[in-house]
Amino acid sequence: MNGGGMPSDGTERGAGGPAEVASYEPVIGLEIHVQLRTRTKMFCSCPLSFGEPPNTHTCPVCLGLPGSLPVANAEAIHYGLMIGLAVGSELAPRSIFHRKNYFYPDLPKGYQISQYDEPLCSGGRLGEVRIHRVHLEEDAAKLTHVGSSGRIHGSDASVVDFNRGGTPLAEIVTEPDVRSAEQASEWLRLLRTTLRQLGVSDVNMEEGSLRCDANISIRPVGTTQLGTKTELKNMNSFRFIERGIRAEVARQEALLRAGETVTQETLHFDPRTEAITSLRSKEEAHDYRYFPEPDLPPVRITNEMLHRARTAMPELPAARETRFASVLGLNVESARLLSWRAELGDYFEAALDAGASMHPPAGAQPLANWISELTARHDGDDPADSKVTPQALATLVGLVGSKKLTQGGAKQVLDRLVAEGGDPAAIVDAESLGAVGGADELAPVVRAALEANPDVAAKLRDGDMKPIGVIVGYVMKETRGRADGGEVTAIVRAELGL
Amino acid sequence: MDVQEIIGLTAAQAIAAIERGDLDAVELFSAYRRRAEEDELGAFTWVAEHLPADMHADGPLRGVPLAVKDLFCTAGIPSQSGSKILEGYLPPYTATSVARLEHAGATIVGKTNQDEFAMGSSNENSAFGPVLNPWDRTRVPGGSSGGSAAAVAAGLAPWALGTDTGGSIRQPAALCGIVGLKPTYGTVSRYGMIAFASSLDQAGPLTRDVTDAALLYRHMVGTDPNDATAVGHPEEIRLPTAERLDGLRLGVPTELTSGEGLEPGVLAAFEATLETARGLGATIEECSLHSAPHALSAYYVIAPAEASSNLARFDGVRYGLRREADDLVSMYTGTRHDGFGAEVKRRILIGTYALSSGYYDAYYGRAQRVRTLIAREFASVFERCDLVVTPTSPGVAFELGAKTADPLAMYLNDSFTVPMSLAGIPAISIPCGLSEDLPVGFQLAGPAFSENRILDAAHALERAIGFDGSPARTRTGATS
Amino acid sequence: MLDRSEVLHVARLARLRLDDEEVDRMAGELSSILGHIAAIAALDLDDVPPTSHVVEVESALRADEPGPCLDRDVALAQAPAVQDGGFLVPSPQAG
Ligand SMILES: [Mg+2]
Ligand SMILES: [Zn+2]
Repeated sequence: MNGGGMPSDGTERGAGGPAEVASYEPVIGLEIHVQLRTRTKMFCSCPLSFGEPPNTHTCPVCLGLPGSLPVANAEAIHYGLMIGLAVGSELAPRSIFHRKNYFYPDLPKGYQISQYDEPLCSGGRLGEVRIHRVHLEEDAAKLTHVGSSGRIHGSDASVVDFNRGGTPLAEIVTEPDVRSAEQASEWLRLLRTTLRQLGVSDVNMEEGSLRCDANISIRPVGTTQLGTKTELKNMNSFRFIERGIRAEVARQEALLRAGETVTQETLHFDPRTEAITSLRSKEEAHDYRYFPEPDLPPVRITNEMLHRARTAMPELPAARETRFASVLGLNVESARLLSWRAELGDYFEAALDAGASMHPPAGAQPLANWISELTARHDGDDPADSKVTPQALATLVGLVGSKKLTQGGAKQVLDRLVAEGGDPAAIVDAESLGAVGGADELAPVVRAALEANPDVAAKLRDGDMKPIGVIVGYVMKETRGRADGGEVTAIVRAELGL
Repeated sequence: MDVQEIIGLTAAQAIAAIERGDLDAVELFSAYRRRAEEDELGAFTWVAEHLPADMHADGPLRGVPLAVKDLFCTAGIPSQSGSKILEGYLPPYTATSVARLEHAGATIVGKTNQDEFAMGSSNENSAFGPVLNPWDRTRVPGGSSGGSAAAVAAGLAPWALGTDTGGSIRQPAALCGIVGLKPTYGTVSRYGMIAFASSLDQAGPLTRDVTDAALLYRHMVGTDPNDATAVGHPEEIRLPTAERLDGLRLGVPTELTSGEGLEPGVLAAFEATLETARGLGATIEECSLHSAPHALSAYYVIAPAEASSNLARFDGVRYGLRREADDLVSMYTGTRHDGFGAEVKRRILIGTYALSSGYYDAYYGRAQRVRTLIAREFASVFERCDLVVTPTSPGVAFELGAKTADPLAMYLNDSFTVPMSLAGIPAISIPCGLSEDLPVGFQLAGPAFSENRILDAAHALERAIGFDGSPARTRTGATS
Repeated sequence: MLDRSEVLHVARLARLRLDDEEVDRMAGELSSILGHIAAIAALDLDDVPPTSHVVEVESALRADEPGPCLDRDVALAQAPAVQDGGFLVPSPQAG
């Protein structure tokens, strides 16, 4: 279905002629189909299918047998409401299902039960992208190409498996607020995290439980007129989404620069060849003949249903980001990283809970920084999968905070933790990595450094502080990095009477 | 009891005879099974070969045989909706309404012929041939539940299930001289009824008298977890006992009783029945349903539109006829070309057109607004009147083939029955006399869920009219 | 009101092949039916809401509890063509 905010037609282009335009800006809207994690299908009581033999999870309803009727799954509506609450949609007190009519072998009734002009959720926002609507519908069946078949005069044939047919879907349609391929995939990660936190879907792109179409147009930078859009279908990984959008934007730009026009059409992106091909010719343009589904009474959202959805809401990335920033005092980048990537945020909070020394939250920002250090050493994966326990990282940050360990020393301890795990304090003791501090310990080393570098000492005495790094470097080398640079500088000044 | 005595009994009388021990349920079933098998009217598309193993003779319906319109799905029994595209189709499940009746003790004796997908008013649109009217075999029985109506009128079944979308129970009941009740939309589950127009379709009884109609309907109503639009009935359906109509206010809508095409003999029988009602204590007053003249137009947009979508599932993939082809679209178009009859194609095309881009508002959208007007006008009439009465059909049974060349003339048969369908309200047709030696139907309609009131009034009138339906039974091969 | 090309367009949407003589006959019949229906175009319906469900029902929703499925043999029993446990169709890509 077309998002209401999408340009439906746009043969006009920005003034000035295409050849003179210096640069174009993409305008992208996304349509995401999310398979909901209910126990049963959208309109029948068949259990959802996870790779069972074909056509073993079917009934008269999801096979579209004559006389069968749909009955809507209450849990799917509950999940739809939760998604609407998560993105701040207006929840319709009454919404209705429509039939979307077209013929295809994966569509047993000759129509898909979807929603049209009275969707469950309207409007909203996630991150910097506005949501146009969220509605519920049923998934199509699975069609497998079987090549040439003897049964059908030796021509190409397909086999239909209705196990997936009727799986509940939430379709999330954004406004055309996305401006780049990178932004699209970054935003989709936020959406995926949000949906995972909600617990409404497995959100597994490879298994097809999260599928994305993109409506793409471009326009000269600085103009507001929307260009003709194309619809890029069914991209099933973040990587393909980025590459597909990039390729389509490049294709449109090349067309406009060559003085040609973009045709409104549905496109398929082949991730192997990067080729973009048209799925349907314009002549075959669909006329879906939407009309209210007479078999399903309107859905009235009761206060009980709303209450249940509100009660079920977990903390979502946006709220978590706000809490991390305002309550824990994290900087903007850390707050976003730890909230949009829920696994980092979960690890962060586990470490906060483990390390009493992290409270008050003054220690939160250093902890966030050390989580970045940890993920850098762990290929960017979930730190929970590393050998470093949240408790260990909390201890490490505590040692640094109490100046028992320098930054340099802590990095060495972290390397050991990543490699072998263990307790940071024990590693510090065993390896003698503890910070060297105080005039008692450092003054003799500083004096030795000055004696070994008389030229530098002379310049420092004359007030030229530039070469002080030589002295600090000497001390660091002597202490294997366990001294604090600031403290060394202070002792140098004291020794020289400055 | 001999066969003539047996088939002379209404279903309620047969049940009473079984309960008294005067009649054996197996004997009853066998008598009707044989009559259905010897059917010369084309009323049946399938007849049971023997007594079913799971007959519920201890249920309140005592095993009394039931004829079921072809479009009800019956597990393992052909359910073809009168269409070549479903020829020989054996569903894996049974419609809720049929299952309820079987559970209550009804025994399926056969499936009855009908207009293809319930589209028609003469039963000439069946892929399995026309049904003949037992009163005059050169005439139609009405439709689309023509097989059910003819079977009951001819004594080939004690009673039958039909469906009514725009008059498909009431009109054939009228043309065959029996009783047909179209209940309030949603009181009977539609699960397992092969859909024609989902927002209008409703199952109901075709019976010899009003008591049987109440008895069969009583065991059909109820909510259904498989039908979200099934609301059941707020009242228990009572067997009617009324003999008088004292204080009952009957409204005669001028728009539905003065129209052109109303045959004088039908009007005369209708007016005579109004007199009878007055004699029973009813008051008769004129009332107005301003939009009723537009009901047929709205109906012939809404029903085909829904049908065009409902019939999209007949695509040659999962069941039914397939015309093999090398490419998918040719398989679809060839299958549907070969499988659907002319009237079904006509309605699919009208419905597709009415929903298509650029025409939705002008056709489907407007028709739904007309529907609102009609429902409102009925509601306001029911503030002053208890029931609305009209002739059921503008004419008596017509000659086979008389209207097949002119679809529009055929559609006009439904003028008096379609308004109630659009409003979703209940209406019954009872035989009220003869015109040209053919039965005339009298229709009583009431507010939603007023079936008890309608059945009581119909019962009182039925007794006073004393219509004799036996000619249809005796004219029909009552040899064995 | 409806010419041959419109009949063919609607028939294509409905995946219905029509013989040549059917197209002509349908064009005539549909035009006369639509001509009759056109009377509702004259009504003033601006303030009248559409009725899509004639009986008001409280949301009749189904609890998310699994029920029995059909045996695959039963599901496939009425299919015109079957292969590999599925319903065999000409490929949508072909032709
Ligand atoms: Mg969709
Ligand atoms: Zn199912």
